[in-house]
Amino acid sequence: MSQQASVRSRRGQSPGGAAAPPAPPGPAGPAEARRTRLYRWSRLDHRLSPYLYVAPFFVLFAAFGLYPLGYTAWVSLHDWDLMADDHPFVGLANYAALLTDADFWNSVFNTTGIFVLATVPQLLLALWLAHLLNRTLRARTAFRMGILVPNVTSTAAVAIVFGQLFNREFGMVNWALDLIGVHGPDWHSNRLGAWLAVSAMVDWRWTGYNALIFLAAMQAIPRDLYESAALDGARQARQFWSITVPMLRPTIIFCTVISTIGGLQLFTEPLLFNSGPNPIRGGPLRESQTVTMYMFENAFAPNFNFGYGSAVAWMLFLLIIVVAAANVALIRRSAHRGG
Amino acid sequence: MSAVPLRRSGRRGPGTDLWNASRLTYLTLIVACLVSLFPIYWMVVVATRSNDAMGQVPPPLLPGGQFAGNTERLLGNTDANFLTGLVNSAIVAGCVTVSVVFFSSLAGFAFAKLRFRGRNKLLLLIIATMAVPTQLGVIPLYLLMTRLGWNNHLQAVIVPALVTGFGVFLMRQYADQAVADELIEAARVDGCQTFRIYWSVVLPALRPAAAVLGLLTFMTTWNDFIWPYAVLNDPQNPTVQLSLRSLSQGYYQDMSQIFTGTAIATLPLLAVFIIFGRQIIGGIMEGAVKA
Repeated sequence: MSQQASVRSRRGQSPGGAAAPPAPPGPAGPAEARRTRLYRWSRLDHRLSPYLYVAPFFVLFAAFGLYPLGYTAWVSLHDWDLMADDHPFVGLANYAALLTDADFWNSVFNTTGIFVLATVPQLLLALWLAHLLNRTLRARTAFRMGILVPNVTSTAAVAIVFGQLFNREFGMVNWALDLIGVHGPDWHSNRLGAWLAVSAMVDWRWTGYNALIFLAAMQAIPRDLYESAALDGARQARQFWSITVPMLRPTIIFCTVISTIGGLQLFTEPLLFNSGPNPIRGGPLRESQTVTMYMFENAFAPNFNFGYGSAVAWMLFLLIIVVAAANVALIRRSAHRGG
Repeated sequence: MSAVPLRRSGRRGPGTDLWNASRLTYLTLIVACLVSLFPIYWMVVVATRSNDAMGQVPPPLLPGGQFAGNTERLLGNTDANFLTGLVNSAIVAGCVTVSVVFFSSLAGFAFAKLRFRGRNKLLLLIIATMAVPTQLGVIPLYLLMTRLGWNNHLQAVIVPALVTGFGVFLMRQYADQAVADELIEAARVDGCQTFRIYWSVVLPALRPAAAVLGLLTFMTTWNDFIWPYAVLNDPQNPTVQLSLRSLSQGYYQDMSQIFTGTAIATLPLLAVFIIFGRQIIGGIMEGAVKA
């Protein structure tokens, strides 16, 4: 701050001092005027540039982030048929209807079910993998790349491939289960089966990513903590639970919140996992329809009811906030107890 | 935090034998990597085989020689418009990447190195925007695009993505460390305007972070499904992910053709990842520690 100010005053003095108020007419005039203009321009540049540089983000966010957020709330208070010309105001009727809508609650049930099935093993597994990667290893980069590969593939491609892996007759998962004498379910039309398959996709894609984030945080833990613990006779498992996990608490919270936001918005995986005539319903009996899918079903084809879809969107937002807050509280408390 | 060495030295002090990995560690990590790679590998296997591969018991585990034939069927499939999808995705991801890198580095530079009123509050606001769920905006954004007449045009996908909060944040973090204040002072004393300082002094210093941001942005944009799915309804004008979906929606499923499509859509990203994997991993880990 002070450095910047001194530069400004230093630069401010020379033109200010040279340009004595009554500028004599003659050959010096234009040069003088140019210098003053230059100075003004540079001061303007100094003052306005920062705002100019950060403006694109805020303009775009206002237009395509903030405005839609508010507009969704507005639309949700209307009977907004995409095909109709006018959209009568209906107040909270959409929300009231939602609360008694069995299909909506079914989608909430599916979303939270898939979310729990996907997030819990994913974060535990990531923590464990990070712990392993944090040791002195050969081929470190290769391992890191290996577990991150799923994250760079497209969700659409993954969903299609997993849709086949979990095929009832020809799927490799059921084939492998047969080898060990287990008769696999029809993953596509059994509720728990579809949940597990979709969770498997999510886990496959995100475990490595979370492991790398945990790893980064683990590497920031001071080494002497472990050394003194080892001198006190603490074994590895004890060190992991008493040093690593408590020290990682902020990162664990970060990953949980990110996974919550992502997991509760799940859309592409279940949509593409379900083939057939009406995949947006998530299977013949809506076994794996998530809230976002239900939002799309209502807002776009086949229903085109934007008001109702917007109400679903806001309920989803509410759900995300509630679940994320509950997660944070839970982690805080358990970490206090453990540490 | 920055004093922690990323690479532990081979020589270990007392007590650090804990960090010596056991065979079990290697075994676990190898299994984890195999599980990660298998679905991708299997995608390639089916993409290079004829359609009966799907029903074989045991399933074939080695690539075959049908890739060319499958590709030909794929490109001839008029429902999927796969080639258009590839071109569109390249255009969208290219534009978005260039723009995100440019605007994010510009804003990151301003937040890290320029002094202005409200700086910290604005930065906090940017971080807060990263928590807003994207799905919430789909419906009104769709209405907005309809009003602008952009539905089914690529700009509907490009424009909202031109700069991201994540990008600004990443660049700020990097610029804060990588660019010395003295360098900027010196350039200013030499008479550089602010933009000139950005272009000739800051941007070159930000190159490593810009590369990572560019790679991550390209991948995310190339892989994006939801928003293009909402706004690009015309099957004649899809992105590559949308044409994958049209491929897999038919009643008759030509699996080797579908998997050829998924493979073609995925392999360029894998190639990029193999070449720049180290930087991408570094970027993800870097961003995480400081978040």
